[in-house]
Amino acid sequence: MIQQKVVEPEHLFFPAEREKMFITGSEAVKEAIKRANVDMAISYPITPQSESMHLVGDIYAEGYLREYFRGENEFAVMSAVAGASMGGVRVFTATGGPGTLRAFEIFSTWAGARLPIVCGFMTRGVNSPLTIQPDTIEMAFMLDTGIIMLHAENAQDLYEMILKAFVIAEKTDVHIPVGVFVDGFFVTHTRDKVEVAPPDIKLPPYDPYSAPVPVMDMENVPVRQMRDPFVMKSNFISYAAHASWQQEVLAAAERARKYIYKYLGGLVEAENADADILVITSGTAASQSREAIAQARQAGLNAGLVKIKSIRPFPAEEIKELTRKAKAVIVPEFNRAGWLCRELKAVVEDNTKVLGGPRVFGGMTMPPELILSEIRRCAK
Amino acid sequence: MNKKIYIRMSGLGGQGVVTAAHILGTAATRDGKESTVNPFFGAEKRLAPTESYVRISPERIYEKGEVLFPNIIMIFHPDVITLGKCYTMPFFAGLQPGGKVLINADTPLELNGDDLEELAQLNAQIFYIPATRIASEIGGTELSTNMAMLGGLMGIADLVSYEALTESLQERFSGGKFVASGTTAALDDILKSKYEKVAQLVEKNKEVIEKAAAAVKRYDFNSQAEGGREINSVCCG
Repeated sequence: MIQQKVVEPEHLFFPAEREKMFITGSEAVKEAIKRANVDMAISYPITPQSESMHLVGDIYAEGYLREYFRGENEFAVMSAVAGASMGGVRVFTATGGPGTLRAFEIFSTWAGARLPIVCGFMTRGVNSPLTIQPDTIEMAFMLDTGIIMLHAENAQDLYEMILKAFVIAEKTDVHIPVGVFVDGFFVTHTRDKVEVAPPDIKLPPYDPYSAPVPVMDMENVPVRQMRDPFVMKSNFISYAAHASWQQEVLAAAERARKYIYKYLGGLVEAENADADILVITSGTAASQSREAIAQARQAGLNAGLVKIKSIRPFPAEEIKELTRKAKAVIVPEFNRAGWLCRELKAVVEDNTKVLGGPRVFGGMTMPPELILSEIRRCAK
Repeated sequence: MNKKIYIRMSGLGGQGVVTAAHILGTAATRDGKESTVNPFFGAEKRLAPTESYVRISPERIYEKGEVLFPNIIMIFHPDVITLGKCYTMPFFAGLQPGGKVLINADTPLELNGDDLEELAQLNAQIFYIPATRIASEIGGTELSTNMAMLGGLMGIADLVSYEALTESLQERFSGGKFVASGTTAALDDILKSKYEKVAQLVEKNKEVIEKAAAAVKRYDFNSQAEGGREINSVCCG
């Protein structure tokens, strides 16, 4: 194993002297994992994620991880990752698009078993028709699996969020999985400036006794539930246990809010939030919106941006507050379903001012001009 | 250069379109500018349409994905135009007024009348360069076509310094650190096998870049009636 000095998370995240690199999003994943003190990583290739886990394999070969192998498919990988996490080690994996769907059942299993797994989701379009290009539709499906969902805007976000995800996931009062979502190709394959901590320091190791549930105890939940599921017994106690356990998982995500504030500076990030026209979005669509808003301001239009960093837990109160005075809310999205628009409509007080779109799907980029024309329309 | 310059490179899989963008973007950041680089391709295969995009600016660049409104378009293979092996139709879609198009072809292509008219209206500058020929003759391999195209770009636009370009070329091929897909890694191996040492690869490709910069010819729109003669002189950006 490579010798690295264990430092407090706060030291790794904040004051440590940072080095500027010109790297892709996939390389930013490698840089994060290098400093994350990960015990084990399991991979399965799917574009646009393949490079990320390939690079994690490279640093395993260099001695940064204790174990790494390729699974049989995404379902097998996510199941194996669950086993590793139940065994009490820090574990990382990544997938995307059809891979996410293939493994789908296991994400709820992770959350239900209170496993602090960190998984990268390099989003891409989902069949059919077949595409490998960027699209965030899979995030719509993931909303109610019980996992925490962070959405990175760029490679810098991706690096930070992966490292911080481990710390948030492993808090005793949270202890559920964190998915770090990032738009495939737009971030994974784009070379950009990223500032990283020195490579000779890393996070403290995972302490399995921080778990709120017994580690690999066959007689207690959550393993007991799998060995001897409540569903086998149709009585009141089993129903009540099941219902209360699910509420506890939801409550764990709620309790993550304070840590998201502490480490990520909040669930949202706002720029010119007093503006009449607010663009509210996440991921790459936030980057496209920044350009559009800069152009709008030059043209004398009063527009602001709210970037949502945490999709689960959702910043309901923050959004309610931020949108109270706005005249119009524009929601650019890289998917056809408009899941973020639905989420916003559910929390904005007067939701008639929430305008869905522009939406781009199927793999093309979203020209900032498209968002700008929407801003102009609202300004009329 | 005080403003954003957006470059779209269109070519065929295996021609080094992605590598050229990587080297150019790295050079721009070495020169102290902001740059982002990203590719666009389908399931990876040789000769399939491949594009990459380089954005260079004095300020932070947020915009991601394909460059839809380029200032400069680089066409790495005539098939991009003649067979439509391109993600945009026509190949110059979105070209900004006064923009430049650099085409790898030994002789000017027969563009259709509508396209020529539109390009003329845009006040576009079209340049031709026999990049594949220069790569074969000077570099000893067609795999240096991308370097010849970068050389051509140096001849028509002042974007990066020769020093930074050479350094990023060196960095791309000398370290063991570069991460490439299986196909790109295989092509890297073939390219390296053409030379005894990486230093020689860098030297030869530097020569390709310099020769290519001097070999660009500007197309004269007015002469299209006479078969599209070119202005027989080296041009500067």
